Amino acid sequence: MMANAASRSVLPGFGLTLGFTILYLSLIVLIPLAAVFVKTATLSPEQIWAQISAPRAVASYRLTFGTALLAAMVNAVFGLILAWILVRYSFPGKRLVDALVDLPFALPTAVAGIALAAIYAKNGWIGQFLEPLGIRIAFTPAGILVALIFIGLPFVVRTVQPVLQDLDAEFEEAAASLGATRWQSVTRVVLPAILPALTTGFALAFARAVGEYGSVIFIAGNMPLVSEITPLIIITKLEQYDYAGATAIAAVMLLISFALLLVINLLQAWSARRGRRDA
Amino acid sequence: MAGATSALSASQHFESRSATRDHGLVRALLLILGLGFFALFLVLPLVVVFAEALRKGWDTYWAALVEPDALSAIRLTLLAAAIAVPLNLVFGVSAAWAIAKYRFRGKALLTTLIDLPFSVSPVIAGLIYVLVFGAQGWFGPLLDGYDIRIIFAVPGIVLATIFVTFPFIARELIPLMEAQGSEEEEAALVLGASGWQTFWRVTLPNIKWGLLYGVILCNARAMGEFGAVSVVSGHIRGLTNTMPLHVEILYNEYQFAAAFAVASLLALLALFTLALKSVIEWRASPKSEPEARPKEPLP
Repeated sequence: MMANAASRSVLPGFGLTLGFTILYLSLIVLIPLAAVFVKTATLSPEQIWAQISAPRAVASYRLTFGTALLAAMVNAVFGLILAWILVRYSFPGKRLVDALVDLPFALPTAVAGIALAAIYAKNGWIGQFLEPLGIRIAFTPAGILVALIFIGLPFVVRTVQPVLQDLDAEFEEAAASLGATRWQSVTRVVLPAILPALTTGFALAFARAVGEYGSVIFIAGNMPLVSEITPLIIITKLEQYDYAGATAIAAVMLLISFALLLVINLLQAWSARRGRRDA
Repeated sequence: MAGATSALSASQHFESRSATRDHGLVRALLLILGLGFFALFLVLPLVVVFAEALRKGWDTYWAALVEPDALSAIRLTLLAAAIAVPLNLVFGVSAAWAIAKYRFRGKALLTTLIDLPFSVSPVIAGLIYVLVFGAQGWFGPLLDGYDIRIIFAVPGIVLATIFVTFPFIARELIPLMEAQGSEEEEAALVLGASGWQTFWRVTLPNIKWGLLYGVILCNARAMGEFGAVSVVSGHIRGLTNTMPLHVEILYNEYQFAAAFAVASLLALLALFTLALKSVIEWRASPKSEPEARPKEPLP
């Protein structure tokens, strides 16, 4: 390792590439992001508090984080099932299913939004059958949940799938030879091994759902206090030229995003450690 | 690991052994639950886009695509991607070279900072440029003096697109180049190649599949971005409307068939991206180490 590190300096271009990387990163990402906090700092603490604790804002945090949490939980369950059948079972069309799992990454969020609205609206593909039952999905918080499940699903599948693939059959064979039932070997051998990956996938899906805008607004109904997500409040304030208000709420969201990023990095480190120990 | 063939044989291996074989009922239940969820949440929305687009026939479909506002939205989307993707490509290669080939302090922090745009809400990605270049922003009054407009104009759309697609290529190349090491480059230099020759003839051929993979994902997001672009666009028809914004306007005007027609183009782009992605994963898997091509989740 040491000899390798020393010889690495033989390659030219360190100053150029690192310099350009830091310059581009600063211009595009860091300085503009700092603008949020600089702008917020021009407000007095009372003004900031008034903005971020307004009833409409508080209702939107509850809605945004509540639906994001619920969607991530649904995705953790069904993402695990999908990863399991993709790794462990063979069935016709498996390659196609495997490729299409990434659809929410590739499909523009606005397209997903109008498609989901067309499915779950009162007269929509599925909505028309739910309407007589008194169930409404579009233009209620349930619609937001559906959109967030859509965009979060691949995160869980794609973090759990490689770990399941790397998990050798030997572990379960050893458990079975020691007299474990299939249920015991799955819950005591397989689940603990994939738990870090599953938690990481859950956190990634949650973090993405918290900031999501495009797929949600078409199906949410966007009623203040009921179905208005936090990113929409920022947009509304911007459209009213209330830059200070928009920025204060954006600062709250950014701080939460950074905290989530930290948690995800710690989870991934845990996941990597677990992977090394098993190997 | 990314190859579907190896996954298929692995699943047969699991299903052939009693210790890893699930009970038939469990297997059936999980298949029904998993594939049912997949059909309801992923396949149905895709089908709906094309069905709604063609509901009023091919003539209406075609008319919605060749209408001047739609054409100018398509042009602007292509322009934004044509600027954002190459810039992020140069950045991605440069960042991966610095991070993968050298050791320095703060490397982990730099890698985290590069991923930062993925954890920022698209709406905030648009807001930050309004704060910097908007009428009330840091440089707004200065730029106004020179009659330069960034917000509610094309440069703002390009900037917002660059921000949201910033990490794609870098985060694809960093683990790949780290796994490959620097021995081949060192050998080229010892044999008398210049730095640029080493890059073009040794490094680039080694990373081409990872690079292409990053580029297509970056491009899909660049063409499909909605939230960030929506904040900086100002929604001026024919001037600052991208395809996703055009979809929104048509939809809000109850021109559903036209909205879904434009949306179907974006859905085709998504399907093309996924197909290309699968081909690259299949091409790259037999050559490179399994660890070098992890199926990582990409926001």
